[in-house]
Amino acid sequence: MKISKKEKLKLYRKMLLIRAFEEKAGLLFKEGHVPGFIHLSIGEEASAVGTCSVLREDDYIASTHRGHGHLIAKGADPKFMFAELLGKATGYCKGKGGSMHIADFSLGILGANGVVGGGFPIIIGAGLSIKLRKTKQVAVVFFGDGAANRGTFHEACNMASIWKLPVVFVCENNLYASTTPAKYALAGGSVAKRASAYAIPGYEVDGNDVLSVRETVGRAVKRAREGKGPSIVENRTYRFRGHFEGDPQRYRTEEEIQQYLKNDPIERFKKILLRDGILSESEDNRMRREVQDEIEDAVRYAMESPFPKPQDALSDLYTNWRIDNG
Amino acid sequence: MGKRILSCAEALSEALHEEMERDDSIFIIGEDITAHDGIFGQFKGLYKRFPDRVIDTPISETCIIGAGLGAALTGMRPLVDMHFADFVTTAMDEIANQTAKIRYMSGGQVSIPMVIWAPDGGGLRAAAHHSQCLESWFVHLPGIKVVIPSEPADVKGLIKSALRDDDPVIFFQHKRLFSEKGPVPEGEYLIPLGKADIKRKGSDITIITYSRMTYLCLEAAKTLKDEGIDVEIIDLRTLKPLDFELISESISHTYHALIVHEACLTGGFGAEIAALIGEKLFDYLDAPVRRLASKDVPIPFSPVMEDYVIPQVKDIIDAVKETLRG
Repeated sequence: MKISKKEKLKLYRKMLLIRAFEEKAGLLFKEGHVPGFIHLSIGEEASAVGTCSVLREDDYIASTHRGHGHLIAKGADPKFMFAELLGKATGYCKGKGGSMHIADFSLGILGANGVVGGGFPIIIGAGLSIKLRKTKQVAVVFFGDGAANRGTFHEACNMASIWKLPVVFVCENNLYASTTPAKYALAGGSVAKRASAYAIPGYEVDGNDVLSVRETVGRAVKRAREGKGPSIVENRTYRFRGHFEGDPQRYRTEEEIQQYLKNDPIERFKKILLRDGILSESEDNRMRREVQDEIEDAVRYAMESPFPKPQDALSDLYTNWRIDNG
Repeated sequence: MGKRILSCAEALSEALHEEMERDDSIFIIGEDITAHDGIFGQFKGLYKRFPDRVIDTPISETCIIGAGLGAALTGMRPLVDMHFADFVTTAMDEIANQTAKIRYMSGGQVSIPMVIWAPDGGGLRAAAHHSQCLESWFVHLPGIKVVIPSEPADVKGLIKSALRDDDPVIFFQHKRLFSEKGPVPEGEYLIPLGKADIKRKGSDITIITYSRMTYLCLEAAKTLKDEGIDVEIIDLRTLKPLDFELISESISHTYHALIVHEACLTGGFGAEIAALIGEKLFDYLDAPVRRLASKDVPIPFSPVMEDYVIPQVKDIIDAVKETLRG
């Protein structure tokens, strides 16, 4: 898949933006500004960015509880995301969703999802809708190694295959479903290999190599757009942080984490860009400063935004009927 | 405007023909709906007329609901056939956590115009997996509207409104009423969601009921009339939104209320109505509100036991008399 130097830098910047967003979100959480709990995607930026880089604006994605990266990669605005994380009225969901339910339907973001494997059935509907409406859109569902063990995965792969739906299943196999190792819970050890049972292509990809992800997902998206049906792409990756912020992580060793930190998708891509003369250290510094400024602006917007009124909890449930039993 | 005699099944398929003709974003999806026009013949002629918009699925309930949901999120208006209402259990996450909540969780960004069509009810000697009345589960679920008509004219007018509604509607039809016939107006008409109907005017007691029990209550009223008891029967038709106004009007002149439903007693919708009457109409009551419902057991197979568990006409007669005795 051809990619210009300019586009490569765009991918790199997007990855930096996601990293900066997540690091800031972690900090805000630590400082007590974020109610509830959050799941960060630090270390998995290549999967989100590589995947969304081959999508059109009107293509759909269904995301997960670890969705911030997917949303930013699909074009979501960090300032409305931060506002949502903080439970503010100006957030994407007016404070009704929080981290795990951010959506922007105008960008084809059908929502992060609090239920593991919850995106599969929805993406089938989006794929079917594309087929019925005869548009050339594509629908991508992100999911983890844990979700691959849900029945919804099987139902969706089967349905997408028999109907040749324009769907791409993008697995982010980060080796752990919360505390449970994929080594223990994932029969066969591979999500991609399950594709053969559904008579669809399955690819295992170095999920920390943004260009490989882009290349492979690009192939799957092309196939979907041509009406040839779904594919599974399994991006092998690793989450650098716990399942949630504050996770004691007793299920893995510090040595293991240190080992994987050496495989940072951003540092790897940077090396390639430096090697190929696409990026210089000074340009890198400038870009990181820009990204940091963007994040700081977004946080300021969120912090200065008002909270919703308590009574706003009673709106937005039904389209044409307002409940009155508040 | 003239009237014809149609069965509930015919009223449904006529309404669907009209609506699918009017709006090509409407489609029907579910198991076994093309070969025999649905397992109850409820979709007569629809596959022949709209071959691209009547879609058979694998036995994959999570993705059947998901197919409806994802399509509704992306511009379509699905009617999802649940095969038997009992099978909602196999797709409960998709209904309860996703369909009912996505509009709200996203801060009202989207509407979900989707009808879940669910044939329910006992009396077919079908035992505990094919006989339940589960409407109260969904009444208890913010984000879903609940429609449960009895007679053919109401089926037609309400399914049309449900399909045009922008919110998710679960539409129950009692399996024993499919062949029940009644007058249906010629031409286009709609019955708004949230409007109950008085099926028999009376002065001594108000029976609040819905679905198949409406017919049994009408039967009971005939016998009671001979004994000098004049029963008013309200068919709720829609449980959510609830037409409490009509209940109030009726009780304010009968001073007695009996609630009859086929779903089992404890936690049933009758409890909600009884509580509302207690809160708002206490001063009108000459006697305590009573409830008649199925006994709190799964529906047993053997006919002698099933008829003992589900209220019969005689039970209704007895309950009316007991209510009037105070």
